[in-house]
Amino acid sequence: MSPKEIEYRTPSTNWQTLAFWEGCGRGELVLQRCQDCGIVQHRPRGLCASCLSSSLDHFVASGRAKVHTFTITHQNGMPAFRDACPYVLAYVDLEEGPRLMTHIVGCAPESVFIDMAVRADFVITDKDLGIPRFVPA
Amino acid sequence: MSLSGNVAIAGAYEHPTRWAPDKSESLIMAECARGALEDAGLELSDVDGLFAASMSMGIMGVANLAEYLNIKPRYLDGTNIGGSSFVAHVSHAAAAIHAGLCEVALVLYGSTAASNAMAIGTGLGGGGGDPEAAFIAPYGMTTVGSYAMVAQRHAHLYGTRPEQLAEIAVTMRRHASLNPEAKMQKLITVDDVLESRIISTPLHLLDCCIISDGGGALIVTSLERARDLAKTPVVLQGCGEAVCHQEIGAPDLLTIAAKQSGEQAFAMAGMSHDEVDLCTIYDSFTITLLVTLENLGFCKPGEGGAFVGGGRIGLGGALPVNPDGGGLSSNHPGMRGIFLVIEAVRQLRGGLGPRQVEGAEVALVHGTGGTLGSLHSGATLLLSRD
Repeated sequence: MSPKEIEYRTPSTNWQTLAFWEGCGRGELVLQRCQDCGIVQHRPRGLCASCLSSSLDHFVASGRAKVHTFTITHQNGMPAFRDACPYVLAYVDLEEGPRLMTHIVGCAPESVFIDMAVRADFVITDKDLGIPRFVPA
Repeated sequence: MSLSGNVAIAGAYEHPTRWAPDKSESLIMAECARGALEDAGLELSDVDGLFAASMSMGIMGVANLAEYLNIKPRYLDGTNIGGSSFVAHVSHAAAAIHAGLCEVALVLYGSTAASNAMAIGTGLGGGGGDPEAAFIAPYGMTTVGSYAMVAQRHAHLYGTRPEQLAEIAVTMRRHASLNPEAKMQKLITVDDVLESRIISTPLHLLDCCIISDGGGALIVTSLERARDLAKTPVVLQGCGEAVCHQEIGAPDLLTIAAKQSGEQAFAMAGMSHDEVDLCTIYDSFTITLLVTLENLGFCKPGEGGAFVGGGRIGLGGALPVNPDGGGLSSNHPGMRGIFLVIEAVRQLRGGLGPRQVEGAEVALVHGTGGTLGSLHSGATLLLSRD
């Protein structure tokens, strides 16, 4: 029996994180950059977690990344994931710096490797928001 | 006067239960308090500092516990940084005692994780009601999965083999077979580990700790007072804490909290690695123990796979680790840190029969809390026999 697709729920948002999830809904990976110290941060916050400045803006990232590490999940008792096993849980390092937890999809789980080049791909949820996953570049 | 060398663990008690459906968390903790006070030769009325955490204690948790125990301590600490909490509680208690804010500290843990059928390794994660958690929740990261990502990267960078991880599980089981209270007694082989089912690559079922009920207690007091009590004091020489996460500027996943907390503990104690006779290290999964040994500086990054082989971390080896059988085989009621301290105390007091590390004078304790591949805490103690 082939695994079921994971059914992603609509993400919970607040004013600090909404731009990210709305970006995903448009198929864009939106990141925060501090206008004072220039650092790119993720997850988004109401201030810069490097210099505590409140001056942040958003920009559309390239969506290009490399797999930092991953695991093929064979057992998860949570109903949302139980029948989706095996699935690939991963951390990817974005070209712009930040590290994201994600799923790698669009290829056989066994073909995923560390340092593999991947790009962002999005599942659209209710409220025109989205969930980013990564596929082979 | 320095904190190092002036505070001691005077009482320690591990609840013998591994299955306690008839008990509550609070009752297990209270029974452990009774055991540790008896061990130290103290009364409940001597306790003036209370330190505790559990899987369910939240707001007012430590105050509720004081009420259950019917005590009115003058120092309360409910720090909950996961499984390392109780290792941290010892250093927090030491600081409070050293500062004169309390004199006899009681550290407690209790859990009915097994009889409540908590699927700690593979049942958590997913939630998602919290906007702050929304960046993790969609991805179904199990506890095992987080640690497995560390193992996968270790294998990628250093060629660490599943057989090398399995050797850790085999060693812990051998130790457990010498501990009458350990839950898992039957010896296993490397092949048994490799043939057990994959939970999250590259970790197999037998790379994962067990789930049990249980609890423990410690009594911390000044060395001066401890010398007048029932047992040989175990002296705090060094301590350290740290937290690690994967946010902005995250280092490689293989640099864990143990690096910072270990360096601090060694510096405070003024000790070197070759003075350490044994370690008790949180072994939630085989990989946890391996990367902790590297980050504590017992071997170089990448050398852990070879280091844990050849009997080195077994009883009779150069650096015995977890002579009680650890979380992989003795007990693991959710948050295991307190048992790391208890076994170190028992070893330094001596007289444990076949699982005694002969001539043990110095022990290193390291607890990990949370999920190693994402947000986790670390706490280290260096302890010596008085």
